[in-house]
Formats: sequence, C-alpha cells, structure tokens
Amino acid sequence: MDHKKIMEFEEKCIQEHPPACNATCPVHVDVRSMLAEIKAGRFTEAFHIYRKSVPWPGIISHICDQPCRSACKRGEAGDAIAIAALEKVCVQQVAASLPKLTPAPEKPQQVAVLGDGLAGLTAAHDLAKKGYRVTLCAAGSTLGESLNQNWADALPESVIAQDLAVLEQLGVTIQLNIPLGQDVFLIAVSEDCDAVFLSDLCPEQLAQFTIDPVTLSTEQKGVFAAGIVDKGRAVSPIGAVADGRRAAISIDRYLQGVSLTAARENEGAFQTRLFTSIVGVEPLPVVPLDPNRSVYSKEEAMQEAARCIQCQCLECVKVCQYLTHFKGYPKKYIRQINHNLKMIKGRHEANTLINSCSLCGLCQEVCPEGLHLGELCGLARQEMVSKGKMPPSAHDFPLRDMEFSNGEQCVLTRHQPGHTSSSHLFFPGCQLSASAPNHVERAYAYLTERLSGGVGLMLRCCGAPAEWSGRTEVFDGELQQTKAQWEEMGRPRLILACSTCSQMFKKHLPEMETVSLWELYDQYGLPEVAGAERPARVAVHDACTSRQEEELQERVRKILRELGCQIEELPTSRAKTECCGYGGLMKFANQGLADDVMKRRINQSPADYVAYCAICRDNFAGKGKRTYHLLDLIYGEANPAAPARRGPGYSQRRENRVRLKNKLLKELWGEKTVPGENSFATMKLWIAEDVQEVMEQRLILVEDIQKVIEHAERTGKKLLNHDSGHYLAYYRPVSVTYWVEYQPENEGFRIYNTYSHRMEIPPGDE
Amino acid sequence: MSQGKGQGAEKVIECMKCGIVMEPGNVEVTYLNSKFPIQLPKCPQCGLVYIPEELATGKMLEVEKALEDK
Repeated sequence: MDHKKIMEFEEKCIQEHPPACNATCPVHVDVRSMLAEIKAGRFTEAFHIYRKSVPWPGIISHICDQPCRSACKRGEAGDAIAIAALEKVCVQQVAASLPKLTPAPEKPQQVAVLGDGLAGLTAAHDLAKKGYRVTLCAAGSTLGESLNQNWADALPESVIAQDLAVLEQLGVTIQLNIPLGQDVFLIAVSEDCDAVFLSDLCPEQLAQFTIDPVTLSTEQKGVFAAGIVDKGRAVSPIGAVADGRRAAISIDRYLQGVSLTAARENEGAFQTRLFTSIVGVEPLPVVPLDPNRSVYSKEEAMQEAARCIQCQCLECVKVCQYLTHFKGYPKKYIRQINHNLKMIKGRHEANTLINSCSLCGLCQEVCPEGLHLGELCGLARQEMVSKGKMPPSAHDFPLRDMEFSNGEQCVLTRHQPGHTSSSHLFFPGCQLSASAPNHVERAYAYLTERLSGGVGLMLRCCGAPAEWSGRTEVFDGELQQTKAQWEEMGRPRLILACSTCSQMFKKHLPEMETVSLWELYDQYGLPEVAGAERPARVAVHDACTSRQEEELQERVRKILRELGCQIEELPTSRAKTECCGYGGLMKFANQGLADDVMKRRINQSPADYVAYCAICRDNFAGKGKRTYHLLDLIYGEANPAAPARRGPGYSQRRENRVRLKNKLLKELWGEKTVPGENSFATMKLWIAEDVQEVMEQRLILVEDIQKVIEHAERTGKKLLNHDSGHYLAYYRPVSVTYWVEYQPENEGFRIYNTYSHRMEIPPGDE
Repeated sequence: MSQGKGQGAEKVIECMKCGIVMEPGNVEVTYLNSKFPIQLPKCPQCGLVYIPEELATGKMLEVEKALEDK
C-alpha cells in the first residue's frame, strides 16, 4: 500500500492530539499528565512535568492568566479545573529541594538578551540551557525588578528570587543597571555578540523594527525582538514566556544555520483536533479553597486534580470490542498494519489484528473525523493475499463453505414454474438457506403468490467471504457468475433477504436493481397466520451490513409494529449498530474475540432480540440469547417461552442447502435430482453432543469425518488404541489432516473424538 | 472425549494394517516449506504415524501459527 494512502488513514485518528488545555497553553504544559500525577499524590513528578514547559514555576503559578482554563473540557460539566492553583501546590510541595539544571555542552556563540521581563528571562534561560554564552542585561538594580513592580500584590519577592536563581546555575552573565533607552537598535548592532534578543520593547522602540510574528526576527540579521508585557496592558504572562521561548528557538536555529521557519505551526496556542465527549460525565464544581489559605492543601489538590476527565477521544474504541481487544486505538493499529505490510522478514505480528476486524464500519460512524479502520483492514488483506502473505488457516474454512454453496449441489437458477421470464428474482442468500430453509420456501411461495410477471429463484452465495478475506479475483469470479445468470434471466429485479448480499451487489454490481424482501412484505401485506406465536416486546438488532440502509431499518420496525410487537432500541442501533461477530470473517480469524463480541451484544438488553440476518440470529441464539429471525415473527413461530433455538451446525448448514435445492426442484419444478453423493455421504455416524460441539469449534464437518473413515476402512490404514479399544485414523482431503477416533456400531460408526492439523505428514509415512 | 491430556506417551497404539505395536520413530512433518523432525509413535513396518490430540492442538498448532505469520 502506498505511503500516502496509509498516511491518509493515520492522519484521521486524533487520539494522539493534545488535549485542549495543552494546546491552548502557549508553552504547552502537559496539564493532563500533571493532573494525573497530582491525583495520585505524586507532587514531585507533577512539578517536573510543569517545569519541563515552564522555566519559572513559582512565578507563573502565581500570576498565570490560564488560557488553558477557559479551554478545559471539565468546564462543560461543572467548573473548569483550577489549574494554576494546582501548579502552585506542586511548586510549594517541592520548593525545598529543587534539582539542579545542567546546560548542554558549551557552544562558542555569544548571545545578548536585553530586558529581564518574562520573555527576556525565558530566552536567556533556554539559550543558556542549550549551551550558548548568554549575557542578560536588565535596566533595574536587581534582576526581575519589573516583575516585582508589575505584580507586586500577587508575587512575593522570594518567589521571584528563588525561580531566577537557576540563571546563575546555567551560567548566565547578568548585567544590571543597563538603561535600555530609545535607540535600542544601536545597542543591538553595537553589541559584540552573534545574536541579540531585544525583549520588553515599548511601542516607540518597536516602531524601529519590522518583526516577523513567527520567528521574531527583524530586518537586522541576528537581531530578534518582542514587545513589552506589563500588567496594565493585561498582556499574558505565559504569552511572554512563549515569546521568549520562540526567540530562543529562532536564535538557536539562526546560529546553527538552519531554517527559521520550518515546522513552527504548533508553537504558541493552537486549536487541537482532539475530540473528547463529555457524555456521561457527572458535573462537578471546583474544590473550594479554604478562605484562610492561599494554596490548596495536598488533599484538596488531589481532589481537585481528580476532577480532570483526562481528555482523550477513543470514540470508536468505546463502541467496538475489536478495537478494545488489541488494547490500543486506530493510530497505533494503523502503524502496526503499515509495518506488517512493509516488513519482509520476521514475524508479522499484526496479521491477527488485520484479520480480526469485522469491517463493519461502526468506527467510521462514531469517529469525529470519519476514519474507517475496516477499509484499511480490507485493503491490507487484499495486499497480503496478492503477496502470498495471508495465513492460510485464517479464511480457509469459510472460503471452502462458499465454494460448496456455489457448487453444483447447491446452486439453482430458475424462472417461476409455468413462466418463461421473470420480473423479479428471489435471492435468499446462502445463510438463510442454511439456517432456515423452510423460511426460504415460504418466502418464495409468498412472493410468487403476490407478485406478477414471474418471480424467479436463484440459490447461491453472493461471494462475501471472498471479498472479506481479500480474495479479489475469487470474488470477482463469483460476481461475474451471478451477473451472467441474472442477465440470462432477463435482468430481473433482485429480491434480497440478506443485508450482506445487498451490500455486495449494490457496491459491486450497481447495474442490478434490488429490493429488500422486507420492503415487499410491507408493500404487499403480511401473510395471515393462524395460531401465531410472537413475543410482546423485542429489541431490534440491525445487521451491520444494513448500517447505511435507513429505509430498510424503518421497514423492519414497521413490520414489527404491525405484528403487534413493542420495539426496544438497543443502545447502539441503526447506523450505529454492532456486528454480531461474523462480519469480515472475524469468527474464523479470531474465535475468542468473536465470542466476546457476541456476548457484549447480547448483554445489552434482557429483551428477546429480533434480527433480519440469519447469521446474526444464529450467533446470538448459539450463545443462549433468545433471538428470532424476522421471518420467525412474520410466520408466527417465535415462542417467547421456549429456550433460545440454536441454529444448525456447519455440517447441517451444508446439508440444508443441498436439501433445499433438491426439495424445491422436485416440488416446484417437478425435476428429479441426481444426488451427486459419494460413497462416504451415506455412511451413518453416531456423534454425541459434546463431540458435535468439538467439531463446531474445530471446524470439522461430518463429511470430513466420513472421508477419514471411508479411507481407513478401504485401505486398512488405521490404528488401534489398546487402552480404549477405539480405532484412530487420519486423512488429508484438503489442506487439513483430520483425525478421527471411532468404532463400528450398528451398521455405522460411533465417533469419540476428532481433531485436525495443517502440518503435513510425509506421504511415505502415510 | 476419551483421551485425557498428557497420557499420549503411555498409550499402546497398534498399526492395524501390519498388526504391530507402534514404536517411537523419526518423522519429518512439513508446513509452508518448513520441515520439522519429530519423534512420534510410528509403525516400524508401514510407517503409519500417530499424532496425539494434545500435540495437534497444542505445540503443532503453535508452530503452524508462527509459520503462517513468518
């Protein structure tokens, strides 16, 4: 995948963008981390975070104008955090033992800083720390005199002195009583140094220069300048610190001979892109300060810091079990996926990450920037397949299942009996045929009864497993076959009972006109059913592939209301519905995660669920949740008192498809079918329920077991376990070797156990 | 299931085709162009092997996954 495409995805994830407090602070104090430390009572750690951005922690915590506070998200649920008050506590808690600052190795260049306001002090501090030889010239007789004058009531002299002591540690030469008169320009050029920063310029002085607002450079090479900050003009103290820092960065770049302008967008305050939801955040007022004290106590500070909501986005992670499962967030995942695609040697650790996504698109729905991680996972799978890097086991089973659905035993395309053309073509989909073939029969009977012009029938799989697994060519092949048959049928309007088929065809065969089965039930009226059993109340689970189908979602609800069911909406439904654990073949790539996805969904309401996708229904019912298919309700077969009806297992699903074709062919078209069965298919097996369970988990079909036993009995190649008296045999009909533990019983075989592996035993040893 | 875990080693397994009790033998299993020599119960005559369930669903599966991710 090209770098630009990856970057487009990565750029959309805003989780790593700074919180509003941090972005709004012109020197970007990491307020979020600082508050987390205070909350935990770690004041020293909090102080270090503060001082990393603010060279004058004592001074600034006393006089900061706190632009951060007006941006604080907590302010939307109660009061904004008292950030400066907390900074003050940190300073007080660690004041006694300030660690020494050590400058970088000394550089030869000399820099003069004129003015000991916050901008000048900061520039001197930063440049000295970088190793430059700095001379700081002040007009007063003591350093920081102007600070003392401007904030006399708020700023004790001792605080100023304590903070400014670091300049000495850093080896800054301080010259006092230097009048910074009118003609600062002359001073600037006459100074015997490599660069000059003129800070605290009054308007008249400023008029002598043209100052670049980004770099603070002037038309005079090596001279940088910034205006004065005083309390009377209500200019921001933290803004002055930021000016000093900006000048120091420019001077450093100037002296190193690199670009002054490159990558300076995020200096100073900026608008963050980070989104933070305050939904569900309980409003809390600011912790009151004891009127007898000027600083919070430790406990009060911890309490106040605990109000910080630790702004982050994670909108998608909150609603998606897959994104939660891998313990990160999209930006991190995108980097891992990119690395996985680019690397040649070594372990491709993100394979499971890529293959576990349901591709359902819920992330895009909830993302403030519209990031669709499933789209990237889909592209990544295609690339893995084309490079031969797709783990063979990930999608092997569902692809073979698709092949079976589209094999001669299952496919069927016919005009309605007695018709030579079709105005419509019913395409029930492979999973409804597998899960509830009787519903396919009924729905087809209903359609042929109500619609004129002939309703043809097409039994096959839309090819979704190929698309989901990144098999572009295979998918295209399936589509072309469907298209060819549809054209042969005279391009009728396709009636779809499955949202996934609908999604696939709308996207990849837009020339096909489609209509949902549910729309027709609504349009032509629901069938009369005698003695119908239906629950009074249901929660609707929308299929994830119907996410964009607002009209369809509404139709389903309308049908339910007509059936007399009260509707409960799940916390996430319609456009924000969740996948059932099958989408994107998650279930095959990551069974454990799919189980968690199902459990999460079925625990969202105690009400019985109704689904309009056969797989969603079977998945939930398989986990013990009473879930009906919409057709169960339409045909009155939804008994709210009966336990959840489990769907058929993988083997039965295949059998159901074959039987459905044969039954319809025989009953509707009067055609006799050729069974197409091999000798093994008639073999009778006795399989206890716990062994059947094992077969489902291990994706082993009855057919696989029959093939193993047939091979063993025919060739005599089998083992005997003396302890159990059971036979053991193995056979490799596909890319999997199946093992079966069995014994003959009643003209058939009893199965005790079965397992498989993909590793090959050398043919000579078979 | 009839086979308990960790009992693989003590089992007496007989090759029905040859009527001989299997003995530990060297087998080279392969996957994705990688070969692994392992000791498995093997028929000394016809070479039929026995891979116990614990091995197939444990160590073997692990190695398969690791190779697939290579």
